[in-house]
Amino acid sequence: METLTTFLNSFLPEGLSAFIVIMLKIVAIMLPLILAVAYTTFAERKVIGYMQSRMGPNRVGPKGWLQPIADTVKLMFKEIITPTKSSKVVFFIAPMLALAPALAVWSVIPFWDGGVLANVNAGLLLILAVNSLDVFGIILAGWASNSKYAILSSLRVGAQVVSYEIAMGFALVGVLMVSGSLNLTEIVKAQGGGLLGWNVFPLCGLFVVFFISGVAETNRAPFDVAEGESEIVAGFHVEYSGMAFALFFLAEYASMILISTLTALLFFGGWLSPFGNTFADTPILSFIFGDGFHWLLLKTMFFLFCYLWFRATFPRYRYDQIMRLGWKILIPVTLVWIFGIGIAIAYGWQPWL
Amino acid sequence: MTLELFIFYLFAVITLSSAVGVVTARNPVYAALYLILAFFTSAATWVLLEAEFLGVVLVLVYVGAVMVLFLFVIMMLDIKIDTLKEGMVRYLPLGLLVAVIVVAEMIFVMKSSTFDRAIPEPAPLSIDNTKALGEILYTEYMYPFEIAAVILVVAIIAAISLTLRRREGVKKQNQGEQVRTRKSDRLRVVKMDSEKRTSTRQEERS
Repeated sequence: METLTTFLNSFLPEGLSAFIVIMLKIVAIMLPLILAVAYTTFAERKVIGYMQSRMGPNRVGPKGWLQPIADTVKLMFKEIITPTKSSKVVFFIAPMLALAPALAVWSVIPFWDGGVLANVNAGLLLILAVNSLDVFGIILAGWASNSKYAILSSLRVGAQVVSYEIAMGFALVGVLMVSGSLNLTEIVKAQGGGLLGWNVFPLCGLFVVFFISGVAETNRAPFDVAEGESEIVAGFHVEYSGMAFALFFLAEYASMILISTLTALLFFGGWLSPFGNTFADTPILSFIFGDGFHWLLLKTMFFLFCYLWFRATFPRYRYDQIMRLGWKILIPVTLVWIFGIGIAIAYGWQPWL
Repeated sequence: MTLELFIFYLFAVITLSSAVGVVTARNPVYAALYLILAFFTSAATWVLLEAEFLGVVLVLVYVGAVMVLFLFVIMMLDIKIDTLKEGMVRYLPLGLLVAVIVVAEMIFVMKSSTFDRAIPEPAPLSIDNTKALGEILYTEYMYPFEIAAVILVVAIIAAISLTLRRREGVKKQNQGEQVRTRKSDRLRVVKMDSEKRTSTRQEERS
């Protein structure tokens, strides 16, 4: 990175070269992310297929590996239809509003020690704030479509996301109490010392709350009342077609990957290896079993798999039960847990440190 | 013009024009959207002032929660846009009077000795913004902070109890009970001997 900056500085003004370097970093994050989104859709169909004793897609390309590419091409060439009497401007802004926050959050996610676009001090808070903007895309899509199903869905999403955001925020409060920082890199570094250093042990209740509310925030099964095919056809995106629909799709999967990565970073030590420094002296094993991006990738993939697993396993929650779970179970659990952590910190009982 | 100044003016222009949009938009949903934009850009201006905690909290609380509920309500109400615009001319003098008073008050406040002085250079923070705010809030301003929290809780409870009404004869589901049901509560396994399959065909015919 430094060599690139000095190379660009040799013939460009300083501000411009810094701009180009930032742009390149953004592309370096975005491209793998979008590719990951494409192949998550493929993995989803395959995993759920095998869970239901089917083959899943296996026609396009070797073993069906080109399926997501074919889907993208199909969506790109589809006609975009605007419903009559819809609010045209909002109708097209809504998918962008859904996608932009889902991608913007990645700017503060560290992939390895120092591998982060913007090392913001209030990173965790920023993630919470930008993540809360996701809901506007969906609400506005429902309203602008001028469709009964869409507006019903957007009302459901509004209530659900606002409720689960509170539980999620409280779960994050527990994390920042234990690690004493809002900076994501610092939070991961505070979990050093192998498997037992991970936050998931002192915060196991908060981890469960965080992941459940993460699933609810992304409107995934079993909390996908927003889409509820059997009740409101496809919810907020009934009227969308082609690329406008694809943007919602992209946003949903990008936030799924984000929640999985966040779970790995906040509770499972991010890029830290579960073996700690045990293999630090052995030449090859130190690379495989030492800290590194591959551990983050592995953990993220596990939680992403959990998303698909839930979808294949659980039936959809009823709307009032979702509200009950959020307000009467998850939020009290987090409050009690935070209180417990507060007492433990005040009296200095910190077995995890 | 430095880059920082340019960004400040950019955000300021967007904030002001979207604030004008809030009051001039014909559709209430558009007005709410302009308000969101105004909140967002003012949050960006705060971040520019190195108040990143306040900026992020503005987005989190106002944009992420309050405005969602706001939009929610506006979408559910079927607001007639024409009736909203009625009487604009009639109330205009009153509105102008209020505006003039507010502007005059603002000018007086700004001209007072508290504000009318050179902007001090920002002191370099040794610790980050969030930590500094937290430390001061939970030590020096502990009681005001807690009292504000209690007042908010009282307001919430008051609002809920004002709108809560218990109607007779409403069928309700008790979700706690529903969730706690087990298979044995609903299912009864009956053991019975299998019956012999005889002459069913003849019965069907007859």
